[in-house]
Amino acid sequence: MSDLKIEGYEFKPGFKGMAKDTGSDQTMFKGVHWGKAMMWIFLLSDTFIFSCFLISYMKGRGSTIIDWPNPSEVFGLHVFGVDVPLLLIAIMTFVLITSSGTMALAVKYGYEKNKKMCGWLILATAIGGLTFVGMQAFEWSKLIHEGVRPWENPFGAPQFGSFFFMITGFHGTHVSIGVIFLFIYAYKTFAGHYDEGKRGWFTSMKGDYVEIEILGLYWHFVDLVWVFIFAFFYLW
Amino acid sequence: MDKTKKQEQTSTHKIGIYLWIWGLLFVLSFFSYMVDWYQFQGMLRWSLILFFMFLKAGLIMAFFMHLYWERYALVNVLLWPMTAIACFIFLMVAEFEYTVFTRFFYFVVGG
Repeated sequence: MSDLKIEGYEFKPGFKGMAKDTGSDQTMFKGVHWGKAMMWIFLLSDTFIFSCFLISYMKGRGSTIIDWPNPSEVFGLHVFGVDVPLLLIAIMTFVLITSSGTMALAVKYGYEKNKKMCGWLILATAIGGLTFVGMQAFEWSKLIHEGVRPWENPFGAPQFGSFFFMITGFHGTHVSIGVIFLFIYAYKTFAGHYDEGKRGWFTSMKGDYVEIEILGLYWHFVDLVWVFIFAFFYLW
Repeated sequence: MDKTKKQEQTSTHKIGIYLWIWGLLFVLSFFSYMVDWYQFQGMLRWSLILFFMFLKAGLIMAFFMHLYWERYALVNVLLWPMTAIACFIFLMVAEFEYTVFTRFFYFVVGG
């Protein structure tokens, strides 16, 4: 957030800068790309949506008098004759963190205008996301085969299924949308749209590597949400 | 030209910091998985889960999402609304405790 486009505007760090920002006329985050400010606002609203899901899950789980299914058994996998608890979920977590790391590096190389590295890293991120969605689809079909439904399941409290499908489904949708955009941005990077400043088809925004950072914010947020889902839904 | 130079200075960081955070996230995820692997129970389990969760979330937000380097105005715009979520959590905890209490109560007393 330091692309200083406004004439005569000087950004001050710390609380002085904050006072200047909040007290400034016309726009608050002067010199910040609008797409980046809007992405943050969107992520804030998305935080509230996921919080509402997780809080309703907490309320549902806390107020039932039937035993909650044990997630480490429900999501366990039987591999090579051994039962491994939460194996698939652990692999999914590591895949998502890997893709988050490649995205962070893509943002870095984007700012260095290193087209090739940036493009390949975005592509790697997209493949990581695709792997994650694939494993989630496997997990869903496994549980559906075992008889888990939004209104009942063979393991315990019937609310389990509805919270599971709602929360992981909403998160999976976010990942899927992210993967689609990652592929589009990988293409745009390799095609040099950000070097030439080619205008996009949707908002006709001038192409710039800041777009990679905006996409990165979204992708890290998806990873961030998974941290909370992993803790509260799978481990708790 | 001056302006673009300034931008590059503030926007790119050494690759080492990203790799460090990346590695830390792996280690922390591994530890939180170990919490389940060794089947810790009770307060130990919950406090460990929350500890690793907040540490991971903080690292992702601070370094991957660059919040650590961002202007304070943005950081405050993002973090203060979280107090509303905290309030909502406290409200709903009271609510589910009441619900589960009435369920047990009428289960014992009947109707």
